[in-house]
Amino acid sequence: MSAATAEPPKTAPAAPAATDDSWSVERAHIDASARGPVLVFFFTALAWLLVSTFFGFVGSYKLQNPGFLADWPIYTYGRVVPAFHACFTYGWCSLAGMGVAIWLMARLCRTPIKFPGALIFGALFWNFGLALGVSGILLGQNTGLEHMALPRPAAWMMFIGYFFVGVTGAVLYKMRKSSVVFISVWYLLGAFFWFPWLFFTAHVLLGVPQLQGVMQNVVAAWFANGLNNYWFTPIGLAAAYYLIPKVINRPIHSYNLASIGFWSWAIFGGLTAMTKLSGGPVPAWLVSLSIAANIMLIIPLVTVGKNLFKTMEGNTHMIYYSPTVRFTFLGAIIFCIATALSLFTALRGPDSVTHFTLFGTATNEMLLYSFYSMVMFGAIYYITPRLVGCEWLSASLIRVHFLCAAYGGGLAVVVMLFSGIAAGMRALDPTAQASQLIYNTFAYLPGRTLALVLVTLGHTAFGLHFLLMLLRIGQPAGQATLFAPLGQEEDHH
Amino acid sequence: MSRSSYLFTGIFGSFALSCFALVLVPQMQIGGLTEHENADEGTRYPVVNTRQGREIYIREGCYYCHTQQIRDEQNGADIARGWGTRRTVARDYIFDDPPLLGSMRLGPDLANVGSKDWRNEEKDEQRKPAKRDRAWHLLHLYNPRVLIPNSPMPPYRYLFDEVKAGTAAKANVLPVIAKKKGHEVVPTAEAEQLVAYLLSLDRTEPLPEAGGTKPAASASAPAAAPAAPAKK
Ligand code: HEC
Repeated sequence: MSAATAEPPKTAPAAPAATDDSWSVERAHIDASARGPVLVFFFTALAWLLVSTFFGFVGSYKLQNPGFLADWPIYTYGRVVPAFHACFTYGWCSLAGMGVAIWLMARLCRTPIKFPGALIFGALFWNFGLALGVSGILLGQNTGLEHMALPRPAAWMMFIGYFFVGVTGAVLYKMRKSSVVFISVWYLLGAFFWFPWLFFTAHVLLGVPQLQGVMQNVVAAWFANGLNNYWFTPIGLAAAYYLIPKVINRPIHSYNLASIGFWSWAIFGGLTAMTKLSGGPVPAWLVSLSIAANIMLIIPLVTVGKNLFKTMEGNTHMIYYSPTVRFTFLGAIIFCIATALSLFTALRGPDSVTHFTLFGTATNEMLLYSFYSMVMFGAIYYITPRLVGCEWLSASLIRVHFLCAAYGGGLAVVVMLFSGIAAGMRALDPTAQASQLIYNTFAYLPGRTLALVLVTLGHTAFGLHFLLMLLRIGQPAGQATLFAPLGQEEDHH
Repeated sequence: MSRSSYLFTGIFGSFALSCFALVLVPQMQIGGLTEHENADEGTRYPVVNTRQGREIYIREGCYYCHTQQIRDEQNGADIARGWGTRRTVARDYIFDDPPLLGSMRLGPDLANVGSKDWRNEEKDEQRKPAKRDRAWHLLHLYNPRVLIPNSPMPPYRYLFDEVKAGTAAKANVLPVIAKKKGHEVVPTAEAEQLVAYLLSLDRTEPLPEAGGTKPAASASAPAAAPAAPAKK
């Protein structure tokens, strides 16, 4: 930790060491090298986002109306739901994350990407593997292990695809020209290494020879938690730590806080997994350990939260102008709330109510959608113009996207939180009738279907807008598309 | 050490710690369990459940709505409700590959759904015989709403066939109206296997590490169960 604080950077992220002119030439060079692969990542991520939105909607609507598409085995609830998870986490979240991470890494290390072709190859491999995997699930080939439902060959294919991404990330770091290692780079480096270790270890342990019985569930819980804490969250925080200071044009509030936040997350975030199995057929100490680790998450929660808020302090008006800041800062707020909520429900009392209910789904969706995806949206709004050479066409489309994603996502989460509490309270009463339990879970669900309609609308607007950008239909380059005209310019290019 | 090697060591160390504490140590503790031998009766527990039915349960993703794990009295009302006679422990699952623990209870827990004491509701519920048999489960799978009005469980009609009336054995014909005129609904082999699997689910065997009473001694309905749900 001392090394981390040894040379606090005095400037904003990736500040040019040389004169502005040579830096902008260098920057153009880096962006040009990243253009192909990053756009492939974004494009395929968006396609998966739309597919996952479709599956999410079908899954949600089926709970209200189980007769819907009931005679199609591939659309049965127990296949659509894992298909949704796979499309969402490995399609949208991971591909968008890899695109953002690679671009950020190149920019922050001030190094062009040597072999963009390798990245594109990796992206295609990942997509191909995932498409096979999702088809496999729909055809009934899921592994039976929640959180790791993708058929194993498909998962390995994705891993091969990732290999090219991870190696590129490591090479960019190795070749870095900037002497300052900005906090975002720590998180990115963490993500680039944690993900493959996690993936490899979990899949090897579940390969041949098999682990016995419940140990498979333990590994799957460890893996699922690792995806959130060692893959998505680090990329999300890396982007937030980069975008917020960049757009409002001031350095991060405190480097010490950033460093404490990083290390405490690295250590405790890796130990929280087993609350997924609390009360389950695993040793009690294992769950207790994870509860303790969850409580310790207060440290990264407070330090990261305080740091981002303090950085924004005095600049909150930027939320009204900059799409990037609006998405990213909302994401940062939700990160704090989601972490606080999952911390609270890790405790034994709350857990005995919320375990096995939609409450857990809600906190997970909060983390992956309302935090992580919002930050990714913000990042894509920031990065894409720098790659295609024009600015977003329409502030209104961005506004529609924001409203639908923020309120749709929020509504879905709130509905599931309430459903979870209502069902969980009922379930504690052994005399409650089975029909009441069902009622308490399902009464809220039309709200979720409505939320998903909103979200679908938002994603469609976003997808359309992105297509226009690929076709170079937009505002002239230079001045970022803002929600409202701003006295001073947004920091651009 | 340079700044980079600090960073790298920390990233590796935190991962190694996570892997060690959450995977390796538990593996040493519960990774090599063996069957329980009941010396009195000369039986062994657990037994291997029917594989084919289990595979269909997996294929259709039943575990996205149903758990198969019973929590003890400190964690909710599973036992008081009648879903089990004791908590489930790692040894219950040594032959399950993988165990279908589940994490969501949109429907009831099914860890013991095949045991004769399994209860999910008050005794006098007309449409649910205390002992669900093969015929009941088949009908429920074909269309849950025939038996439980407003059930959100999906119908699995595609696990059934329609054959010309009079061609199938009487015991196989479901008491529902087929879509095609002059036809009857009969289960496919897969539906039969799935039901056989459900009926084989029974984790009431007492185990030293899990406590629990002999199944025979616990045939009480939930209404008669202690009405004091554990709050902690
Ligand atoms: C959408 C969630 C969902 C899915 C998927 C689902 N179920 Fe259910 N299941 C329920 C609900 C809710 C109930 C309680 C209402 C009822 O009995 O229909 C239930 C009840 C049951 C019962 C207990 C009935 C009783 O009271 O004895 C069994 C057995 C069962 N399901 C088996 C299955 C099997 C086997 C599958 C997979 C082929 C499956 N379920 C898939 C939601 C689901």
